[in-house]
Amino acid sequence: MRHLEVRGLTKRFAADSPPAVDDAAFTLDPSEILGIVGPSGCGKTTTLRMIAGFERPDSGEILLDDRSIVDLPPEKRRIGLVFQDYALFPNRSVLRNVLFALHRTPRHDRLSRADELIAMVGLSRERDRMPQELSGGQQQRVALARALAAEPQLLLLDEPFSNLDAALRDSTRRDIRALLKRARVSTILVTHDQDEALSFCDTVAVMHDGRIEQTGSPESVYLQPRTSFVAQFLGRANLLSGRATGDAADTDLGRIAIATPATGDVTLSLRPEHLTLRAVDGDAPDGCTEEQLACVGEIVSREFRGHDITYRVRFRETDFLVHTDYSIDHAPGTRVYLIPRRPAVVL
Amino acid sequence: MVVPLGYLIVRAAEADAATLVEMLWRRRTWVLLRNTLGLTGGVVALSALVALPLAWLTVRTDLPARRLVTLLAVTPLAIPGYVMAHALLGLGGTNGMAAAVGITMQRPSGFWGATIALTLYAYPYVFLNVRASLLTLDPGLEESARSLGYSPRSVFARVVLPMLVPGLIAGSLIVALYALGDFGAVALMRFEVFSFAIYTQYAGAFDRVYASALALVLVLLAVGPLILETRLLGSVRFARTGSGVARRQRVTRLAAMKPVAILFVAVVIAASVGLPTVSLLYWMGLRSPWGELPRLIAYFGNSVAASAPAALLAVVAAIPLAYLRVRYPGKRSILAERTAYLGYAIPPLALALGMVFFSLRVVPFLYQTLALLVVAYAMNFLALALGPIRSQLLLAPRRLEEAARSLGRSPIAAFVTAILPVLQRGILASLTLVFVMAMKELPIAFLLAPTGFTTLSVAVFSRTSEAMFAEAAPYAAAIVVFSALFVGLMLRYEGQEINEAS
Repeated sequence: MRHLEVRGLTKRFAADSPPAVDDAAFTLDPSEILGIVGPSGCGKTTTLRMIAGFERPDSGEILLDDRSIVDLPPEKRRIGLVFQDYALFPNRSVLRNVLFALHRTPRHDRLSRADELIAMVGLSRERDRMPQELSGGQQQRVALARALAAEPQLLLLDEPFSNLDAALRDSTRRDIRALLKRARVSTILVTHDQDEALSFCDTVAVMHDGRIEQTGSPESVYLQPRTSFVAQFLGRANLLSGRATGDAADTDLGRIAIATPATGDVTLSLRPEHLTLRAVDGDAPDGCTEEQLACVGEIVSREFRGHDITYRVRFRETDFLVHTDYSIDHAPGTRVYLIPRRPAVVL
Repeated sequence: MVVPLGYLIVRAAEADAATLVEMLWRRRTWVLLRNTLGLTGGVVALSALVALPLAWLTVRTDLPARRLVTLLAVTPLAIPGYVMAHALLGLGGTNGMAAAVGITMQRPSGFWGATIALTLYAYPYVFLNVRASLLTLDPGLEESARSLGYSPRSVFARVVLPMLVPGLIAGSLIVALYALGDFGAVALMRFEVFSFAIYTQYAGAFDRVYASALALVLVLLAVGPLILETRLLGSVRFARTGSGVARRQRVTRLAAMKPVAILFVAVVIAASVGLPTVSLLYWMGLRSPWGELPRLIAYFGNSVAASAPAALLAVVAAIPLAYLRVRYPGKRSILAERTAYLGYAIPPLALALGMVFFSLRVVPFLYQTLALLVVAYAMNFLALALGPIRSQLLLAPRRLEEAARSLGRSPIAAFVTAILPVLQRGILASLTLVFVMAMKELPIAFLLAPTGFTTLSVAVFSRTSEAMFAEAAPYAAAIVVFSALFVGLMLRYEGQEINEAS
């Protein structure tokens, strides 16, 4: 059984402007973590707010356990929400913030339940502190404990990690994912950070201009993007146009294997790490090899990044991005073969 | 600031302790205390009752013409308490405005008269503070509470209202200080509170010891709320804790309640802005003001002659104070600043009385001179002058002076060449603010003005107190029109200072 099902969700803020959310549809299984990822203004937060009940959709259906919740006010939905800036009550201590959410719990259980939740997020020692005395990461965990205290059927996280500094973000992300999995809470995370979506979520929905362009596991959306937007948003991509004949295509970069058989004009995406470089013997001619499997380009720039190296290689007026590991080391100006390591994805 | 206070104490201490105790233990003191606290409480409560709904309606609902309503709600700042009292008093009685349209009503007076006059004049301070709290309230808090299962009603009670408490307290504090210190409205309404009694003791009974004792009690009453506020708000923080962008505020649709809301707003605006306006026009229509014009110009000139030097003096004193406070924050500069605020919080009548005693004893040649009045004004309004200068100074980086110093200027030359030009706008704002406030000022002018030196405010007061409403109207109109020109400026700086002080 689907836990949450969203169908044809549409929202327009002004009659003459394009819809903020356009026919969005996705589903969520029990204790699944879904990430909605997209650039700012793509409609992801509006989608979240419609699920929470703070915006009314113009059309479409939101089913929670097969029951429509579109007409329910936010307080009747039992959907928890953690805001980007946490929205902790600044005049209440950690404990009292959590207790605020326990008003449905029998009175004599509230304190022990609150303590349990505070311990779960590892803040027992900060229990009586005020929110502004806590670090960003701690405030965020209080917000989470408060949201979980209401025993939501579904938890919504709106850019919850964007206010944390980079060092704290990775560890907090890991901790919170583990916590959500332990608590078996179905969660929707909204973010503009593709790394966050890919590493935190079980399923990723990529949103662009109000539409969901692709939904799938992190691996599938990254490795098999279906549109050029998805390919470019989830990381860097070299886009090529070409003519496909079966399982290969002729492109500016020679003949390239493609992941799905196709015929006719196609757009292909090749991730920078799916290209590699090989040194050219001094007098090899410009252009591609006879079998069209590798082409000779010139390195325009080189960015050393410690664990890997990013090259910009120019071939027939086009620059290609190439990520290689530290062992493939060429100086700018060198002529090199550009070799695809994986079949390109047909968009 | 301490000097006039000191002389109040000196003067009161002239009587021996037993006499003093006996004096203050009279039944009359208790009546005064009850009346004063009653008036203050009444004005504070009524102001909150008016200002809270008004602020909510203008910030969070679909009330029509919200911007206009907001503007009209702060307009009373331009109408001094004694002009409000003039309008209310002129309404009733056999020759009153109401009688002219066939309605018989008594002249409002006593507790209710004073309470209503002061509320209509002072509620904008609560309105502005609550409005600011509402505007900065993070809508995420309300949404969080909703998603945690609270209905809109309980969200308002448990989340919104508690967050408005600091604004309400800060605004009420200013209102309380005005109610405690007001002289004009209570005297015109003949309501026996401390400031009125101090005046009658001083002017009528010539019992200066009793007057000083009463003034000291009044000072204590004024300092009380200041301390209370610091205690109440010392540890609790109400600002947003998050660092993200604030979401836009939700608008509540009034729907069926809209007519009720409009009626409420209309009544408040009609009473606070409409009544004095109509009243002044009515009285001036009844008796042409043109005959008064030469005298009006003379009195206006007197007001300017006292207010302009006072503004200059206050600003000259404020610049080093603000500079020391911003550049060398320490116990001493904080103390100096606090003292300036004390001058603002002390009821003006007590300040003026202290100045009288001080001048009589130490510099008798200054007694009954314009100079003394100017000094008293400057002391009273020093805190107001500090605000704009300090905010401007906070924007001027220390590097400016350091650059000037490294280019070979002495510290003073560095200040004059590098900082003073930057302060220009703040200085101008301070000058105007003090000038406008001094133009409206009544009790200090009343006590300290040289014999025969009549300011606009004194002219309004003396004529109104003898029920010469038509004769008072042109002078009152001049003050209102003049201050109305500066309401925007007053909005920005007045009131805000007291909040910062505590």
